[in-house]
Amino acid sequence: MSKIFAFHGGIHPPENKKQSTRSPIRPAPVPAQLTIPIQQHIGAPAKPCVKTGDYVQKGQLIAKAQGRISVSIHASSSGTVTDISPKAVPHPSGLNAPCISIQTDGKDEWIDHQGLDDYRSVPKQTLIEYIRDHGIAGMGGAGFPTDVKLHLGDDHIVNTLIINAAECEPYITADDMLIRERAEQIVGGIEIINYLLKPTHILIGIEDNKAHAIRVLEDALRHTELNIDIIVVPTKYPSGGEKQLIRLLTGVEVPSGHIPADVGIVCQNIGTAAAINQAVNYGTPLISRIVTVTGGAVSKPQNLEVLIGTPINTLLETARINHDQLSRLVMGGPMMGYTIENDSIPIIKTSNCIIAATAEEMPPAPPAQACIRCGLCEQACPAELLPQQLYWFAKSKEFEKAKHHNLFDCIECGACSYVCPSNIPLVQYYRFAKNEIRAEEAEQRKADQARLRFEARQARLEQDKVDKETRRKERAAQAAAAQAIKKTTLETAQTNPEDQIKQLKTAAAVTRTKLKKALSALEKAKAESSDDIAQLDLQYKQAEHAAEEAQTALEAAEKGALVSAATSNAPDIKQLKTQAAVARTKLKKAQQALKMAEEKGHDGVETLRATVAELETKAANAQQAFADAEASNSSSGAASQSSAMLQEAADKALQTLQKAEAALATAIENNSPAADKMQAGVEKLKSKYTEALSALQDNAKTQQPSIQQATGQQAIERKPIDLKALKQNVSIMRTKLKKAEKLLEATDENSAEASELQQEITRLTQLHQEAKAQLDAEEAIRIKAAAAQGIDLKQLKIDAALARAAATKLQRSIKKEQESEQNNLDALQAELITAQQQADKLTHTLSQFE
Amino acid sequence: MALIRITSPHVHKPVNTAGIMRLVILATLPGLLAMTFFFGWGTLINIIWASLLAVTFEAICIKARNRPLYFYLKDYSAILTAVLIALALPPFVPWWLTAVAVFVAIVVAKQLYGGIGQNPFNPAMVAYALVLISFPLEMTRWTAPFMLQGDGWNILGFVDTLQLIFGGWSEHADAFTSATPLDVMRHRGGLTTEEAWRASDVLANVGAWHAVSAAYFMGGILLLYKKIFSWHTPAAVLISLGAMSTLFYVISPDTYADPFFHLTVGGTILGAFFIATDPVSSATSNKGKIWFGIGIGVLIFTIRTWGNYPDAVAFSILLMNLAAPFIDQYTQPRTYGHKAPNSGLKGKA
Repeated sequence: MSKIFAFHGGIHPPENKKQSTRSPIRPAPVPAQLTIPIQQHIGAPAKPCVKTGDYVQKGQLIAKAQGRISVSIHASSSGTVTDISPKAVPHPSGLNAPCISIQTDGKDEWIDHQGLDDYRSVPKQTLIEYIRDHGIAGMGGAGFPTDVKLHLGDDHIVNTLIINAAECEPYITADDMLIRERAEQIVGGIEIINYLLKPTHILIGIEDNKAHAIRVLEDALRHTELNIDIIVVPTKYPSGGEKQLIRLLTGVEVPSGHIPADVGIVCQNIGTAAAINQAVNYGTPLISRIVTVTGGAVSKPQNLEVLIGTPINTLLETARINHDQLSRLVMGGPMMGYTIENDSIPIIKTSNCIIAATAEEMPPAPPAQACIRCGLCEQACPAELLPQQLYWFAKSKEFEKAKHHNLFDCIECGACSYVCPSNIPLVQYYRFAKNEIRAEEAEQRKADQARLRFEARQARLEQDKVDKETRRKERAAQAAAAQAIKKTTLETAQTNPEDQIKQLKTAAAVTRTKLKKALSALEKAKAESSDDIAQLDLQYKQAEHAAEEAQTALEAAEKGALVSAATSNAPDIKQLKTQAAVARTKLKKAQQALKMAEEKGHDGVETLRATVAELETKAANAQQAFADAEASNSSSGAASQSSAMLQEAADKALQTLQKAEAALATAIENNSPAADKMQAGVEKLKSKYTEALSALQDNAKTQQPSIQQATGQQAIERKPIDLKALKQNVSIMRTKLKKAEKLLEATDENSAEASELQQEITRLTQLHQEAKAQLDAEEAIRIKAAAAQGIDLKQLKIDAALARAAATKLQRSIKKEQESEQNNLDALQAELITAQQQADKLTHTLSQFE
Repeated sequence: MALIRITSPHVHKPVNTAGIMRLVILATLPGLLAMTFFFGWGTLINIIWASLLAVTFEAICIKARNRPLYFYLKDYSAILTAVLIALALPPFVPWWLTAVAVFVAIVVAKQLYGGIGQNPFNPAMVAYALVLISFPLEMTRWTAPFMLQGDGWNILGFVDTLQLIFGGWSEHADAFTSATPLDVMRHRGGLTTEEAWRASDVLANVGAWHAVSAAYFMGGILLLYKKIFSWHTPAAVLISLGAMSTLFYVISPDTYADPFFHLTVGGTILGAFFIATDPVSSATSNKGKIWFGIGIGVLIFTIRTWGNYPDAVAFSILLMNLAAPFIDQYTQPRTYGHKAPNSGLKGKA
């Protein structure tokens, strides 16, 4: 005999089992009407495969299992399907659920059925399917589909099979009587389960109050070759609880949040074993079960073999109900069963007991008194919880604390409520707390999802805006370049005042739009009473100022166009310079605001980021426009200009380098973690400086001839400066700038390093813009040259850009398609390839001229 | 058919709070008998007087709080508190002192905190500590176990006792007053324990105190058997006090009283079984109850030996009542299927 491992707690309620074991199991009468719910198990409801008016035979499939966790439903007797509609079903909620109603014809006519000749000869998978198709679900109470428990993955190795015959709830004797009368069915079932799971040992757990059943079972086991141990456990509720029985028989505890199979154990109810035997060996689906009908209000308490779908009142009548005495009708045991208010509710696969209780037997609970923390509940709890603490937490809705006290390990066995001297309905409090926590968690999940969706949408919209802006800027830049060509081809040192006005108009319009945006952002922030209202307010004021300035500039230019002969465009350049400077300042401020917002982790960060990006492009644009104007203004002196610029760039690079070196020295002294990064930065800056110097030298070399040529014609045909080098220069500057910015973000914002870095960034920004301006100037010259050759370089560039954009767009939509798993992927991919080819071709042509 | 709809469980153990309280009161009977046998009618009269007051105060409070009167009165908790106060007080305290104590226990320490189940401190001990500090003279008027002297019952009869309690202190009674053994032990001057034992006739009569403790012990065992409380608290109190006193007794038998003396004299047994086990104000889990009891035992010895008061059960229990919520945070049991118990306020989510 194996050792028994006691579990903590437990109670000894009056057993009340003797009443219903005096007479043998008798078949209940076939009712006139069967009501068969399509969901009698845990999992997905079965799908009806008959329709109203169909004639069905006993054992015929009427609803088929759907999904992995589900079982089939069969007709319990022959007759006609009268109705498929929601009806009252046995469920604690008292809600209605879909049922198939059958008008029985009294013939009780079986469909052709036969079991498997030798289940060992069929593949295991087929056998498991067979069990599922015969509607076997756990008959202990929960109704978990049996096939799922028999079909464990390779990650579960079953050491121990436990057959649960404890039947610890008072009143219930269905398993007891089943063992006494049909032990051979049980053994047959165990053999089948053994064949499927191949456990190393098999234990049958049974309480010591079933002496008769134990004897019968021992006899029956003599005829089997299996090594089965009957383990008699002391009568104590809830020893039949799966976790408690496992502990009792094996000493193993199922870890919290796991299933027994995770520790190599599978538990099956003894009634389920018998049902498996009937299905596999005789082909009989689960259409009937043994139900204990007992309680003080029936004069003949007994066990009945009941067809699934039989209304409870049929059973009560069979057991001679006394309606006058009936006060409470319980389905299941007195500890965990639920009351039903309607005696036409049908018996289902999990209904093991009907208690028709009198008022004396189950009196209404007296009013709850105050908890005196007596701790009796704690001594009774089989899950080793602190029920009284959980009660206080549930009552005061301190759900976090309740969870911390392992509320979800409560099995709702009711032992604590049973012993509570103050009559506190403890289990109800736990159910309440669990539901509240579950609802809260579901709510939280929903909110999180909504937030993610919203943020994704917001980001997408911002991205669209930025893309649009970039495209617009590209077009504007091209237009500006074209303008520059026009200007140079006119060979006048004048700017067309009309164009200038147009530009200024655009600038004014842009600033106005910005103003509006800033205003709406400000209003939004105010509405949300956001933290950075002050910041936004400032931004708004700046934008307002900019708008006014732009407007004034426009007006002045218009006036100037009327009045002046516009021989000199120097003032315009100045204005543009100011504009560029203003744009830069704005950009800096916005960057600062962004940083602050990021530090605060504020919601408006995304918007601010977009604003900064916008301002960045704007600042670059302004700078470019300024550079363009300057370049076109001094096209004749382009060479010397660029030489001066290069000189300046070299000087600045040198300065930057020196500062960076100083910063690095400080950082190394302070053991700053950023020192490594800064070291790399300094190295880069050094190479940059060298590059700038060499560029200057190159320029100096080429200057002589180009000046000579320029005296002859215009600077159109001068020997080209290496455009690629310039481009590289620009991109290097950009990278450096970005790196410095990143570095700044990484360093502590209050340190001296940070402010130094900030300065450096400003300087790098200027350098970058200057390099870019230089590049633009060179490009302008080239465009002119191309124009002289009769090729519209501008058009070519636009075409190339468009082609590239089309390709990018296609790529994006392909990505989207992939995400949404739609089918026109191939078409899109083909399109993408064409677009890419087109873009490549154009880029190639373009590169020939550059 | 009018069937009721109730969630499980549908059966209930035939126990209730009133039953538990009654059983605890019943378990004090051996102690009461012993007290009466050795110290006369005083304790019995005090119990009746205190119970009357307790029920009255309780009723007034319940009415004032608009609660159902009978529903709360029938739980016997007020009477239990009164009984414990009366058992703890010296047998011949004046009536008004008992009234003050009961008022403090029922009104201040219990009802003002929200009634039964809501009091953080044991009401009887709050009352006892208050009168001990406020009325030191009356509270030290213990008597010698005079019943042992010849015709004890005639020395101070029932009527005499009534007069003594309700009529006022008489010179006549001074003849019976005596210090308690703990007093003697605490204030023995420069004597060693050995010398004190020989010199004091109070200590010569210490057998009476042993007998009273034995009677309380019997009552406590009954409650343990009936599973009214678990063994953890009383065992922890007695073992820790025993260990503490043994340790010091072994170090210096001349300076410190022996462990048997500590365990059987004064309120140790009454406190360990009837007061420290008050579930409302003690720690919750079994583990917590052990820590709670250890704290009480250590404090009893500490205060008795080095403190100003000769007995320390009330103070020790009140101090540990204060610590009980804290103990609860760190003494959760290990739940089925968990590797280790949770502890602290929240821990890992």
